[in-house]
Amino acid sequence: MISVRNIHKSFGAQEVIRGVNFEIARGEVVCIIGPSGSGKSTILRCINGLETYDRGEILVDGQKVDPKARSIIGVRTQVSMVFQRFNLFPHRTALENVMEGPVYVKGVPRAQARREAEALLEKVGLSAKFDSYPAQLSGGQQQRVAIARALAMQPKAILFDEPTSALDPELVGEVLEVMRDVAAEGMTMAVVTHEMSFARAVADRVLFLESGTILEEGPPEQLLRHPSHPRTQDFLHRVINPMD
Amino acid sequence: MSDFLAKSATYLPLLMEGVYLTLVVTLFSVVLSTLLGFVWAVMTWSRVPPLVSISRGFITIIRGIPIIVQLFYIYFVMPEIGLNLTALQAGIIGLGIAYSAYQAENFRAGIEAIDKGQIEAAYSIGMTDALVMRRVIMPQAIRIALPPYGNTVIMILKDSSLVSTITVAELTRQGQLIAASTFDNMTIFTLVALIYLALSLPLTFLTQHLERRFSKA
Ligand SMILES: Nc1ncnc2c1ncn2[C@@H]1O[C@H](COP(=O)(O)OP(=O)(O)OP(=O)(O)O)[C@@H](O)[C@H]1O
Ligand SMILES: [Mg+2]
Repeated sequence: MISVRNIHKSFGAQEVIRGVNFEIARGEVVCIIGPSGSGKSTILRCINGLETYDRGEILVDGQKVDPKARSIIGVRTQVSMVFQRFNLFPHRTALENVMEGPVYVKGVPRAQARREAEALLEKVGLSAKFDSYPAQLSGGQQQRVAIARALAMQPKAILFDEPTSALDPELVGEVLEVMRDVAAEGMTMAVVTHEMSFARAVADRVLFLESGTILEEGPPEQLLRHPSHPRTQDFLHRVINPMD
Repeated sequence: MSDFLAKSATYLPLLMEGVYLTLVVTLFSVVLSTLLGFVWAVMTWSRVPPLVSISRGFITIIRGIPIIVQLFYIYFVMPEIGLNLTALQAGIIGLGIAYSAYQAENFRAGIEAIDKGQIEAAYSIGMTDALVMRRVIMPQAIRIALPPYGNTVIMILKDSSLVSTITVAELTRQGQLIAASTFDNMTIFTLVALIYLALSLPLTFLTQHLERRFSKA
């Protein structure tokens, strides 16, 4: 479904992605973990064409991701993205945020888009908030609207970039729960996260990224409990025991 | 006082002819400056290097030259290269171009105030540049740009008096002409000032009203 083949990316003189390879199969949930600045966001942004890459190749469903070509629109309608800071459209209601893509990008008739958007907001537990503006919603509610907005495109995959990192601790659970439901329905997902319990419960595979390369990957049970690389052990130790 | 009113009654019909031209100049200059200003702002936003340089360069040049000199240039110099314009046309084009630089800055500030994250979110659901502009940036940028835009319109109204220098018989020039033949400077320029005030105040109130309405949603 998603193939990332030996990509490299520099910002100025600094090479932040240094030869990354991985595949995500249809229906698979892959969590990407790693220290700050290791390039996690950059990789997701490259898959969605929000960032260019210098070398290598990214394929989505066999189609090359080229941010400068018109075909990128097609890639983006198949791969949605959920951001750390929600990034809802503040001048539109929850319902309008969800309808925006289907109506204006895919040309779905308004009435149908509205019905589908209502169903999605209900699914993420926001049936009472159709007409609320983002500013009137809590962070957890905003992120659930953002997930509904991503689902509304009926994508083949969704990329999540630290979807719970900007949330107050008590709001993290409601968002993870929605993500788990989405995963359970068979959605292909790439999730950058520091929520190890989510990775353990939901991921099929975990990638550990450091300094722009994948140091280690494997099933969550193995990678999170018995990491083989000392850097992975060190990282996990610090995530789990932040005070040490 | 009754003397002032009596004299006003004789001058007003003549001044009203000037008001008509003042409104024509203002209206068309506002339209021209808005369209051009929008083009400059979008060129800057496009991040396409040659487009950015052209719009930046244009704005810098226009803002560095007094409007009155720009008007002289268009009215007196252009005919020498074969471009003959009536005084009214020259006035509208001159003011429109001059103010497009200020409008562009209003629009640019509005566009740049939009949070980059939402723009990325819009791209991530497959929007094209044009859709992002129309559905995400413009609705919010207009709200932000409206108060400075209103102020610019009021400045254009007042600066339409500059076209009197290239013989357009708008309000200020009508006033000068009547004053020159009657020597009644006091009455005439008081009337001229009051008329400008009467034209600009509704605009001021309208701007304030829209500002309040837009800031709610
Ligand atoms: N637009 C940019 N310009 C210059 N450098 C950038 C840019 N975006 C990211 N970087 C740099 O690239 C590196 C990788 O950044 P990235 O955001 O992908 O890291 P990350 O793993 O997502 O980190 P975090 O956990 O803090 O979000 C960092 O060193 C960062 O400073
Ligand atoms: Mg990041």
